[in-house]
Amino acid sequence: MTVGDAVDVPLPARVAAPVRPAADSFSLHGRVSRTVLRKPLILASALFIVAAVGSAVVVPTLPLGDPTEQSVVRRLKPPSAENVLGTDRLGRDILSRVMWGTRISLTVGIGVVAISALFGTLVGLLSGYFVGGLADVLMRVVDVLLAFPPLILAMVMVTVLGPSLQTVVVAISIGVVPRFARVARAAILAIREREYVLGARALGASTPRIMLRHVLLNAIDPLIVLCTLLVPAAILTEALLSFLGLGIVEPTPTWGNMINNGRLVLREAPWLTFFPSAAIVLTVIAFNLLGDAIRDALDPNTKDFAAPMRATGGA
Amino acid sequence: MRRLFERLVQLVPTTVGALVLVFALMRIVPGDPAAAMLGTNATPQSVADLRSQLGLDRPLYQQFVDYFLGLAQLDLGRSLALRTPVSTLLWQALGPTLLLTLGGTLVSVVVGVPLGIVAALWRGSWADYVASVGALLGISIPVFVWGVLLLLTFSLQWPLLPSAGAGADPWEVVRALILPSLATGFFQVGLVARITRSSLLSVLAHDYVRTARAKGLGPQAVIGNHALRNGLIPVLTVIGLNLGTLLGGAVVAETVFTRPGLGRLMLDAISARDYPVIQGVVVVSVLFVVVLNLLVDVLYSAVDPRVRA
Repeated sequence: MTVGDAVDVPLPARVAAPVRPAADSFSLHGRVSRTVLRKPLILASALFIVAAVGSAVVVPTLPLGDPTEQSVVRRLKPPSAENVLGTDRLGRDILSRVMWGTRISLTVGIGVVAISALFGTLVGLLSGYFVGGLADVLMRVVDVLLAFPPLILAMVMVTVLGPSLQTVVVAISIGVVPRFARVARAAILAIREREYVLGARALGASTPRIMLRHVLLNAIDPLIVLCTLLVPAAILTEALLSFLGLGIVEPTPTWGNMINNGRLVLREAPWLTFFPSAAIVLTVIAFNLLGDAIRDALDPNTKDFAAPMRATGGA
Repeated sequence: MRRLFERLVQLVPTTVGALVLVFALMRIVPGDPAAAMLGTNATPQSVADLRSQLGLDRPLYQQFVDYFLGLAQLDLGRSLALRTPVSTLLWQALGPTLLLTLGGTLVSVVVGVPLGIVAALWRGSWADYVASVGALLGISIPVFVWGVLLLLTFSLQWPLLPSAGAGADPWEVVRALILPSLATGFFQVGLVARITRSSLLSVLAHDYVRTARAKGLGPQAVIGNHALRNGLIPVLTVIGLNLGTLLGGAVVAETVFTRPGLGRLMLDAISARDYPVIQGVVVVSVLFVVVLNLLVDVLYSAVDPRVRA
């Protein structure tokens, strides 16, 4: 039993000396890595994600053409030795644009999850641990934000704040934080009355210590799963926004605005649409598979509690 | 009934809070919205005129009161670009979007629920495998990719269905609705199928299902009358929770299929910096979510006697 487990049998000893054993067979790390390594499909997903993150990091150093360099003579060229994935309507190299798009998509995915996890956990922890007063106010705010369709809220935020990468991350996060807070709060509520929490309180542990050490660490499993599943949702939402011409706009390449561009010459030059679409779909599938695997590894009995969440970004 | 009333009362502060937030959002635009709307060659006089037309020259509390008084009379101001009342524009756009949202929901239920049932009943079989792959693809392929694929196949390659517009006569309306509904609905199919599967599996493990089997009821009666009735309740919740998302999907599908509706209205308003219209669309979409959640709640208590208390 480690802190990562959903504790069913509270061990009084842990309260006095919560020693965390090294990565044994039950540890978070151990359970996840075993599941990932056992299934080839999951392993492939994990490798794909590693490759995507790696190429997003090193893309400026790769021998690719400038993704924004235009050329009249190279307009709408099909895939060839010179332009492996072809060129778009302005003669820009699609391979280069897809690779640079990876950078944007992953930055948004990770940025949104980081912000949402931070604020969502904070709100969930405060409103789940304390009752009344501030907690009620926080939950009211969460309810208000939940009344907005996430995509419409993001569209308005991007319009109000102006188009940029940071804006997009913030705009998407505003719709995700309340949903994250809901899940976090539910997890915290389930833990806060457990005997070992009461025990820690009786032993005179300070409130912050109980909140972080005893409550939050034991409620962390569903939150980790949620984080993995929110990455693809955020990537999809960013793609939707840039497809609609909002958020990150031309000439910066994103998968969404590339597809929007290709749409106009769909019949004549399908490769404009095909390659960025494939990039989105493969990335999202990989993250979804990995997220499901992590969920199964952490708790095979969990229902798909994150299901309503994963669509938040998606459409 | 009491429950319904309580829910209604609960919804009031949420809705009012959301409407206040919309008001605030529209006023934190950096810089002067009037100047932003008129562009670079605006004279100070025209900016001042627009400001007074928008009511931006009045004190904030006055604007706030006007906003709520207007809302109470369904008056959301006038569009700056089109000079028509925002409420008229919204009214025209709402119909096609509601139809599309309905169509999308229908697709997700008609495809997703049977998929989930098959996967649960033949758990671990190839049918379960196909269903889970289908669900994964559904969740992972965005609305506009579905849209572009469908458009390419059924409209450009084989011109069976229209590629744009919402249709004039009923037959055309239905034809124009098919592809956008599929694109909007497919995304939710995976979700609905997964929930149906997991919920049905947990229901099938209950004692009352075993009792039903033990007393000799056929599989049809056991599944249809006993398991499905309870198994589908979480599906209802998920559909309800996701109606706002589906509305977002409809907005995207409207762009792909050049359909009139709230999405088109919103995007046109955004590119024209037509703030009263943007505000109007957001207000309508919030009311949409709130009202439909209430409806799902009512349905909920109709299906599940336990929550009727």
